[in-house]
Amino acid sequence: MHSVLDPASPQARAVAHLWWWFFGVGAAVWLAVMATMLLSLRGRRAVRGADDLMQPAPGVEARVERLVKGATFVTVLILLGFLTYDFSVGRILAQQPTNPLTIQLIGHQWWWEAQYEDQDLTKRIVTANEMHVPVGQPVRFILTSRDVIHSFWVPNLTGKRDLIPGYQSTIWFQADTAGTYRGQCAEFCGLQHAKMALTIIAQPKAQYQLWFAAAVSSQTEPTDSTLLYGERIFMTTGCSVCHAISGTEARATVGPNLTHFKSRTMIAAGTLPNTRENVARWVLNPQVIKPGTQMPPSPLNTAQLSALLTYLETLK
Amino acid sequence: MTRPPTDRTLPADVTISEDDIARDARALGVVWSEPPGFWGWLTTVDHKKLGKRLIVTSFLMFLAGGIEAALMRAQLSRPENSLIGPDRYNQLFTTHGTTMMFLFAVPVMTAMGLYFVPLMVGARTLAFPRLNAFGYWNYVVGVVFLYVSLFVNMGPDTGWFAYVPLSGPQYSPGHRVDVWAQVVTFTEISALAGAVNVIVTAFKMRAPGMTVNRIPIFVWSQIVVAFMIVFAMPAVATASTLMLATDRAVTMHWFNPAEGGDALLWQHIFWFFGHPEVYIIFLPAMGMITPIIETFCRRKVFGYTPIVMANITTAFFAFGLWVHHMFATPIPELGQSLFTAASILIAIPTGIQIFCWLATMWMSRPQLTVPILFVLGFLFTFVNGGITGVMLASVAFDKQAHDTFFVVAHLHYVLLGGGVMPLFGAIYFWFPKMTGRLLGETLGKWHFWLFTIGVNVTFFPMHILGLEGMPRRMYTYLEPTGWGPLNLVASIGAATIAVSVLLFLINVIATMRRAPNAGPNPWKSSGLEWSVASPPPSYDFLYAPVVESRHPLWDTTIDLPVLTGFRTDRREVLVTTTFSAEPDSRHEHPTPSIWPFYLALCMGVVFIGSIFSPWFVLGGLGLSIIGLAGWGWSGTKPTHHERVATPVAVPERA
Repeated sequence: MHSVLDPASPQARAVAHLWWWFFGVGAAVWLAVMATMLLSLRGRRAVRGADDLMQPAPGVEARVERLVKGATFVTVLILLGFLTYDFSVGRILAQQPTNPLTIQLIGHQWWWEAQYEDQDLTKRIVTANEMHVPVGQPVRFILTSRDVIHSFWVPNLTGKRDLIPGYQSTIWFQADTAGTYRGQCAEFCGLQHAKMALTIIAQPKAQYQLWFAAAVSSQTEPTDSTLLYGERIFMTTGCSVCHAISGTEARATVGPNLTHFKSRTMIAAGTLPNTRENVARWVLNPQVIKPGTQMPPSPLNTAQLSALLTYLETLK
Repeated sequence: MTRPPTDRTLPADVTISEDDIARDARALGVVWSEPPGFWGWLTTVDHKKLGKRLIVTSFLMFLAGGIEAALMRAQLSRPENSLIGPDRYNQLFTTHGTTMMFLFAVPVMTAMGLYFVPLMVGARTLAFPRLNAFGYWNYVVGVVFLYVSLFVNMGPDTGWFAYVPLSGPQYSPGHRVDVWAQVVTFTEISALAGAVNVIVTAFKMRAPGMTVNRIPIFVWSQIVVAFMIVFAMPAVATASTLMLATDRAVTMHWFNPAEGGDALLWQHIFWFFGHPEVYIIFLPAMGMITPIIETFCRRKVFGYTPIVMANITTAFFAFGLWVHHMFATPIPELGQSLFTAASILIAIPTGIQIFCWLATMWMSRPQLTVPILFVLGFLFTFVNGGITGVMLASVAFDKQAHDTFFVVAHLHYVLLGGGVMPLFGAIYFWFPKMTGRLLGETLGKWHFWLFTIGVNVTFFPMHILGLEGMPRRMYTYLEPTGWGPLNLVASIGAATIAVSVLLFLINVIATMRRAPNAGPNPWKSSGLEWSVASPPPSYDFLYAPVVESRHPLWDTTIDLPVLTGFRTDRREVLVTTTFSAEPDSRHEHPTPSIWPFYLALCMGVVFIGSIFSPWFVLGGLGLSIIGLAGWGWSGTKPTHHERVATPVAVPERA
């Protein structure tokens, strides 16, 4: 599902290569130490002296001293090799991208808020937990946090970078294979640290443009009576206190922006597939699924719930 | 019986009659005796009793931390398990880390030093016996406080590293984090008390003739670690007791970015302590390996000087690594690369020590007793952890592995392989000295095999889990992640470890029920501690031994020369010069006292009370003035320092 060793970006690939070198050389060193240890147990190189202590055969002590010095020298060489290789990979990762897509990523307990930057203010998409990115174009994330420290990490695409309140840091990658890549918050951030995942959907440029065009559009006023009822439930039973849907009067920024809710594959920060049944369970009592989450239970009756779900399903 | 000492500065050829020896032993036995019963238990200043007690208490903490680990492994054995909820899980992993680092590993390593340093350097006790008792009681207050809190659902839940702002007043209301901050305080006091004691004992109370280049390697490692504690512990004291506690109690905003504070500052101060902490655990364990290898290979270690220098170098490097815990934070790349270099270079001194041990084994014929099996287990496990440690020094790789199960695997390979395995070996090795009884070999071998297999089965799969993207500190994971099978393997491994530790406990209990069978030197080892009875008498050494080499019991074929001329009507110890260990002065040592215990309770009032009201600080300090007065009043009189007049060297009874 996700793996450091199945890279989908030049950045993750450079690190994966580094790892395989580390692994190969490390395994060789370990085997050499184990072999020496096991061979030393045979004890053919010493005899018991008159004082009950072991006496090495003549010349052994000097030879072993040379071996120890040699092993130390080889260790230093291997370590310097590692250091040089690491610095060269570090240079690749530190280079600044040209013409990147920039996304502001804001950490919350326990979800991710993403704001796509654009010169045109009307094209600034605000979404949560699930980000579409184009293949072949660098994507730069500007990271910060609203509450505690979180850490952004998508193993197949990039190593981690912390989201620290009071600090702004950046990380970038360039997906070169289309696919869906999952990541989880890597810095312990409280009760639901375990259920704070995100998804990066890397798409070919054309498909990404289609998604982008849909994502910048506002929701249109519902006309159907069920949908109107569903919208009223959303606006009056508490949902809109925290959530926003652009094009409506719901503009709160406490919880995830739900403008194109139905276009997301997962809900509750990568915890459940976005199905009608799961959304119903989540809305009725999120505390069962993610104990401690900021979202309170919503005591809706069947008709209210049904209308609300139907309304949410139109937010494509 | 007579043997002239080779050190010509000492008069020779004087013997002590059997009658004199019996008389002196009787007199010293009276002078060094302690009150009987419960009162004696509370007031003891005997470094052996306190050391043994600290070892037992910290092993209880090892069991407690182990039970917490077992509960966590049970919860993680399958995806979306509902055995333990997030709130309980977070308390468990925080308490596990806090217990294992602060209440088990550091205290048990210090305890081995507090017990054995005086015996190994030929001193009658530690330099500051009452400070030692004070340190122990502080530690006990911390232990009780943490576990009472855990059972009343007030266990800390923000990790043993307690990162702000999560641990700050806004995101952790209530008293859970306060408990953590003050538990750390008690262990700091305890560790500092132990460190000061070890430094002064090792530098000023060594047996005559034990020059700096004859100090046993175990003692060297304790000296180095004591200095590390002196430099590292104040950092965490500043961070937790001063800054975090005042942030929480009186809103100082040290770490609150909204008020100009800095959230990263905590990480710098914490890891400035936190990384040396690892070596504070690891270096004493390295110090235990050398005497085990020497004894069972029946030869002197190859490369005494490189091993000692490697210890010292490691200590220096250890203070230059802390940023490698922070590679994912916005610290400039150039600064990070310095810490990469330091983190990689620290592998060199460790490598040199391992090469020296391999060379020693190579040029001998190791007897495969349980202690040396644990040394082999150490090599098997720790070398793996050391190699992954070098990998984690790389910024590029660390950004992938940081805060994942890869790091969990690495740190347990290092701490279990590099800390606990040598410790178990050392327990099997020195148990006869402490109790007069040899631990069972058969059960010991079962313990060794199950433990080594268990550790590797538990933690090896975690490397793979980390590379598959599993972060640390998660109370559960979803089924589609595919992390289930390897987690199950790890949980089975954890059960194996539990069985092995149970066998160890059975071994200890069964052995204690047997009659003493060890004798003074069951392994025919070379250190001074093996020259006295097992367990040692209350005064450790009847006469101060005179040391002429690094391996006194191997190089002295008949009897150890000794130094006499001490008064036997008071607790007199010999003070020697720092480098050449020449007799310098005699010093009277304090008698048992209740005041260290009382003062530790006052510290309890101060620090535990401070959580609830600042007035407890004033009250506790007021009470402790009484304690300090009592402590000083009942001590020795300063006029009793006397220069050593004419030392006399004589052989001890065979």
